Amino acid sequence: MMPRQLVIKDAINEALRQAMEADERVILFGEDIAGGAGRDVEYPQASDAWGGPFGVTKGLLPLFGRRRVIDTVIAETGFIGASIGAAIAGLRPVAEIMYADFIGTSYDQLLNHAAKLRYVYGGKTSVPMVVRTVTGAGFRAAAEHSQTLYSLYAHIPGLKVVAPAFADDAKGLLLSAIDDEDPVIFMEHKRLYMLSGDVPEEPTRVPLGVARLRRAGTDVTIVGVQKMVHTALEAAQRLVDEGISAEVIDPRTYSPLDTDAILESVSRTHFLVVVDESYPRCSVATDIAAMVSERGFGDLRGPIRMVTAPHTPVPFSPVLEDAYIPQTEVVVRVVRELVNG
Amino acid sequence: MTRPNVEVLTDLWTRMVRIRQFETRVTALSAANEIPGYAHTYAGEEAVACGVIPLLTSSDWITSTYRNHGHSIARGVSLASIASEIYGRADGVCRGKGGSMHAVDQSLRMIGGMGIVAGGLPIAAGAAFASAMQGRPDVAVAFFGDGAVHQGAWHEALDFAGMFKAPVIFVCENNLYAETTSVDYHLRTSSVAEMAVPYGIASATVDGMDVLAVRAVAAEAIDRARAGAGPFLLEAMTYRYGGQYEGDTQTYKPPAEVAYWRERDPIAAFREKLLAESIVDRSRLDLIDAQVQIEVDEAFEHAIAAAWPDPSELLTDVYTTYGVSGVA
Repeated sequence: MMPRQLVIKDAINEALRQAMEADERVILFGEDIAGGAGRDVEYPQASDAWGGPFGVTKGLLPLFGRRRVIDTVIAETGFIGASIGAAIAGLRPVAEIMYADFIGTSYDQLLNHAAKLRYVYGGKTSVPMVVRTVTGAGFRAAAEHSQTLYSLYAHIPGLKVVAPAFADDAKGLLLSAIDDEDPVIFMEHKRLYMLSGDVPEEPTRVPLGVARLRRAGTDVTIVGVQKMVHTALEAAQRLVDEGISAEVIDPRTYSPLDTDAILESVSRTHFLVVVDESYPRCSVATDIAAMVSERGFGDLRGPIRMVTAPHTPVPFSPVLEDAYIPQTEVVVRVVRELVNG
Repeated sequence: MTRPNVEVLTDLWTRMVRIRQFETRVTALSAANEIPGYAHTYAGEEAVACGVIPLLTSSDWITSTYRNHGHSIARGVSLASIASEIYGRADGVCRGKGGSMHAVDQSLRMIGGMGIVAGGLPIAAGAAFASAMQGRPDVAVAFFGDGAVHQGAWHEALDFAGMFKAPVIFVCENNLYAETTSVDYHLRTSSVAEMAVPYGIASATVDGMDVLAVRAVAAEAIDRARAGAGPFLLEAMTYRYGGQYEGDTQTYKPPAEVAYWRERDPIAAFREKLLAESIVDRSRLDLIDAQVQIEVDEAFEHAIAAAWPDPSELLTDVYTTYGVSGVA
């Protein structure tokens, strides 16, 4: 079948639909993932009112019904914990935490239970569940609806962390996440939902743990984290005019991390810049930088540079928020400084 | 519920004795500094685990807590594999990766011995939900102490279970203490059972020192859950003979209170009942006592002689698969 253009939001919706069609065990939990619950009997137009706040799950309720598209109350510990139990008891739950910022309300269930129920008890069970959640600044949504927080999940042994930046990856990685026997945190950037790209119609899987080379280059490796892959690609394009050939890598998954792909690229380009929208401390950017400095130090001809958000909450004012998010010109400047020594 | 027959009654008594003797040994070994890490014993609360767990089928689900030895023994986990786990040995029930606080057997559908007091409740509710959704008759039982009722997870689990009529039985082992803090301080309701009301969940408080009383209410709760009538909160009033953990000097317990509850010991009381009603004769009970003593001796002899885990075990079973290379 031919690929066609889909926006990321619809690619995710298609992955969910195809997974649910193929496997009766796949169910969805979340707050207003359909919408209108409790009102749609007397007022049918209320049914499927939202499909989640970004409409990602819209249209699944009419296909699969409230038995499998389950609107929960606003109690993340309850339905994330229930997803763990349901996964162990034979279902494949895909639960939505409306914003990644809400992680705190369910963190114990993920940190101490989902992540550890296999290891601690001697490998007798697995927890095949997916938590979909929404990351990212740039929506004028202020400090508690804009964080990325990849590292809060990637830090934990037992969890897998996926953060796609393109429509084909979003679909293929989500299908793999649902197949996976381990708990997977699937992070969707709200500013990328309307980004269009070629997506195969068939349910083509993209394996977890394999980075994607998004642009080949010879002078510097830029690793972009989720939306920052696009910033890195823009920077690489601008650097052409300056005679700098930048390679851009999208790790796609942060646990597992395709360390080999990053090291291999650095072994050819000898310079590394990591671009991440997260806070600068204890992040996936620092993780990648530490990994390369430890295992690829001999290949480096300059310091590893990071372009990140500052160590501040995400501000509201458009002027401040735009200054918070790493900008292309900063990446261009940092690469220029690095490569030109 | 009809009265259990002699075999069942004897079996319940045997399980309770097995827990008591096992835990008595754990207390002694802890005091002698023989056991690494923390141990939380179940002595005094035997009637709760033994009143509930033997009623379950092999496909029903259980979540337990860090005070889990009693639940595991009642479920039929071998004493040797629990003892080995407590010693961190390779043939422990969790291959030495969990220790005392996590010594449950997932192959017997014991999902976990959670280190977080209310952590198991939402998970049990989810397992129950999944069973019902798949048209299976399995129920789930979540054990927890009175100290768990203040955590958000407790409320969110009851909320979820009530909303979706999940076939889960929440069993509160109300031993009067959340660590050192008395229910007189920490509960605003007159019972934990009352706290089920706003969630639309049926509940009852039962004498947790009377195994048959626990069993009668648990049987009803399990039957109605299996029949699709939804969750139940069973509060069993009991007493923790040990401290919060082994090594806790328990200076917070008034001697008169301890004496009161010791007087109502669940095993002694059940023994009296079995003898008074001529259900089982004294020699049989004495024989069981002696046999369990041997079992406990053998379990711990086994554990101290058992092999340590191979160091390679450190890295296994974090994930089912991880990355293309399969390693972190």
